[in-house]
Amino acid sequence: MVEPHFRRDGAWVGASVPRREDPRLLAGRGRFVDDITLPGMLHAQFVRSTEAHAELLAVDLDEVRTVPGVVAAYTADDLDLGDITALLDRPPHEFVPTAMPVLARGKVRYVGEPIAIVVAKDPYAAEDGVEAAVVEYAPLQPVVSDTAALAEGAPLVHAEAPRNTLVDVSLFATEGIDDVFAEAHTVVEVRTKTGRQNALPLETRGVVADWDDRDEQLRVQTCSQVPHQVRTVLAKCVGLDEKQVRVTVPDMGGGFGQKCVVGREEIAAAAVALRLRRPVKWIEDRRDALTAAFLAREQRYVVRAAFSADGEILGLDADVVCDMGAYSCYPFTAGIEPLMASAEMPGVYRVPAYRVRGRAVTTNKAPTAPYRGVSRPQYVMVVERVFEKAARALGMDAVELRRRNLITVFPYKGVNNITYDPGSYLESLDLCEKTLRDEGWFSRRDDENGGDRVIGIGFACFSERTGYGSGAFAQRKMQVVPGFDISEITMDLNGTVSVTTGTLSHGQSHETTMAQIVADRLGIAYDRVKIVQGDTDRITYGWGSFASRSITIGGSAVAAASVKLGDQLREIAAHLLAGDPEAAVLEDGGVRVGDRWMSFADIADVAYLKAHLLPKDVGPGLSAIASFDVGGDGTFSNATHGCVVELDPGTGGVEILRYVCVEDCGVAIHPQVVEGQARGGIAQGIAGALFEEVRYDDGGQPLAPSFMEYKVPTAMEIPDVRIEHLETPCAFTENGAKGAGEGGTIGAPAAVLNAVNDALRHTGVELDDTPIPRESIFRALEVAR
Amino acid sequence: MIQLVELTVNGERHELAIEPRRTLVDVLRHDLGLTGTHVGCEHGICGACTVLVDGAPVRACLLFAAQVEGAEIRTVESLAAPDGTLNDLQQCFSEHHGLQCGFCTPGMLMLAEGFLAEEPEPTTEEIREVVASNLCRCTGYQTIVEAIDDCASRRRAAFQQQLDGSRV
Repeated sequence: MVEPHFRRDGAWVGASVPRREDPRLLAGRGRFVDDITLPGMLHAQFVRSTEAHAELLAVDLDEVRTVPGVVAAYTADDLDLGDITALLDRPPHEFVPTAMPVLARGKVRYVGEPIAIVVAKDPYAAEDGVEAAVVEYAPLQPVVSDTAALAEGAPLVHAEAPRNTLVDVSLFATEGIDDVFAEAHTVVEVRTKTGRQNALPLETRGVVADWDDRDEQLRVQTCSQVPHQVRTVLAKCVGLDEKQVRVTVPDMGGGFGQKCVVGREEIAAAAVALRLRRPVKWIEDRRDALTAAFLAREQRYVVRAAFSADGEILGLDADVVCDMGAYSCYPFTAGIEPLMASAEMPGVYRVPAYRVRGRAVTTNKAPTAPYRGVSRPQYVMVVERVFEKAARALGMDAVELRRRNLITVFPYKGVNNITYDPGSYLESLDLCEKTLRDEGWFSRRDDENGGDRVIGIGFACFSERTGYGSGAFAQRKMQVVPGFDISEITMDLNGTVSVTTGTLSHGQSHETTMAQIVADRLGIAYDRVKIVQGDTDRITYGWGSFASRSITIGGSAVAAASVKLGDQLREIAAHLLAGDPEAAVLEDGGVRVGDRWMSFADIADVAYLKAHLLPKDVGPGLSAIASFDVGGDGTFSNATHGCVVELDPGTGGVEILRYVCVEDCGVAIHPQVVEGQARGGIAQGIAGALFEEVRYDDGGQPLAPSFMEYKVPTAMEIPDVRIEHLETPCAFTENGAKGAGEGGTIGAPAAVLNAVNDALRHTGVELDDTPIPRESIFRALEVAR
Repeated sequence: MIQLVELTVNGERHELAIEPRRTLVDVLRHDLGLTGTHVGCEHGICGACTVLVDGAPVRACLLFAAQVEGAEIRTVESLAAPDGTLNDLQQCFSEHHGLQCGFCTPGMLMLAEGFLAEEPEPTTEEIREVVASNLCRCTGYQTIVEAIDDCASRRRAAFQQQLDGSRV
């Protein structure tokens, strides 16, 4: 048991208690998918397309089947599976439905697309088998950029999608917005292209599937953020009832969104396990993870903003094109990025007039999935560039310009029809600026006696909608609408509890943080609470973990279930102690009624083993179920990031000297975990700003198939981050908590890009695209010279 | 082709009949069941598979098992006490929140163990350089560096105490 001195004000919530996950993960006792071995297990690998765009003329697997160790090999025709199809309830001019076949049928649409599955007695033989496949293609002209996709007469990636456009929405269009721009004192424009990125969980995707003959159930152990959605899609694809499929998730080595969509490989491997009635394991190798897994973030923005002479923002007019690659992901669809950007772009500023067109185009590149932050790293970067440019045009200080326009009165109903709950937008900017000033960075920047090297300082102000409830997702018009969470709590004979959650922790520490929430509600230590997740047989339908929803929604559901169980315990104890249930309180692992106290174990003894002693209207057992959904528009976390860089104009090299994050996620359940989420998120944001890009050549061949080309930053590139907390509790989640998973990633690209541009202030060079590696800064400076 | 290979892992000797192309990490994980060592890239960059071979950190994905016959191999499973008590480095990782998903952690731990054995008094910058050998996607590295730094200090303090004790 943990010492009480870890607790803040006597509560578990708010204390950085030791993580329940740590001992097993540190000792090598975790169980990840690839750690699972079943008797007679076969190993799968995929024959993948070497062409970006081609008719599939023939797939010959005869040679494959003769390779020693190979047991079977199948094409799409052999397996005859249903397609994976994600839908929006939008008219055809706004959304074109397309299907993603589990294995390519008739046509391939990106390099790496799975064409056939090979299963063998060991993974080495499976790879030997893959090499023996003979695929005949009739190449088509590939579409490898958003501009090529939208060009007149471009080849079509999907015949049913004219102009390669899957989503095209025009929203808001405030009346009179053209006049606002025509009459404005200053109009600035930002044109930005952001690079394609890989969310890059260190554990690649993988699955172990087997048919349980006794239970007549297809068991799937997979690393997924959304186990119930995998069950639904798998059941549909292979033609089983939902109850005939059980999806469980063991320890998972990161996801960041890449694993919050249903992958075709996990469906194919499970289908083969079902067909052969033998266990099948598939572990994605890194090359496939870099080239053929779900990617994200490749977007193009043209944004104009109108300002008054005294620096008031008057309007925002945006055109957003997202290159979603070859297919729509389930359940979010290709609309995930453009709809997020379109709905949320005005962000933390009082923007009175807004118009946006958001499009998703399809290209011959690996498909995309939501990646930590989803479009917010991009549009925040664009809006923050808007403020920098406007400040220059107006001759104002950029921080002061932001101050003048930040939302300060809450709740605030935005031009985008979203109501923002209270946050600390202005306070976080003030504290961030003050922190950097107190540390002396502004004087170092203005000193400029450092020789050639120039210091630049950049800021990013943003808020992040967390806890999207069903209502908020319904506004996106998804046909499958995530949002709520359901939790079931059961107390056992020892008085300890098991609590289910439909969320899915894979690094976020929910085994600890949710236990803290329950512990406070019941008056027990957090190590008396076991969190149960990732099992579709044990958990009522859940939506998994994404969009910073777990603590806001899942945490509220476990709290609600705990309160219900607490009421039950109080009622039983009051009856047994002949007291008033209203006067009964949960205390020290039991119930106090007046001056008498009864332990949970003693109550459980009655509830299970002496049920005849229970009150008449109370059934046997100790359990409760509760659900939670965020009504309205969800709750907004906010932060300001400040970044200090040093630029070497001679080489284009950028070093981050200081990074300060002032964040407000309401009540932090576990401050150390919140800081960990912020630091890790910032590292991924810096990665997107300076290092990582999935590039393709003109033929659609991926140019970064290994970590030699895809440059993931290391401890030498990622700086230490100073974090300051502000706390504006959320009024309508159970714990006052707001989401904390994505903010770091959202703010970092803007802060870094603004800092780099600040360091370039004397050169006439302005860089608005990301990533900005050393070479592009060097080249831009050369051109300017 | 099958080859007989004798390996010493965490002080225990194993005789294996394996293909010569079988990597050390596959043998550790799948033949010996030591799944604490992870596989992140299979091309020697990410370091998730880092183990100690004769005390030095190596990438177990880049070695064939047959290459390390006769060497002393140590994996993450050797760090905690038999009753499960974490060693000082593992405790420091937990206290500093140097792990989130835990996938890179065994590699980071073995990297740090090898490094601290060779350099018991590293500067923070030296630690940072060593941590840069491996990839972590969750933490942003800061807390990993802090955990190793803290562990090094504790070991130095403990060593000093031992010296002081023996002088009395």
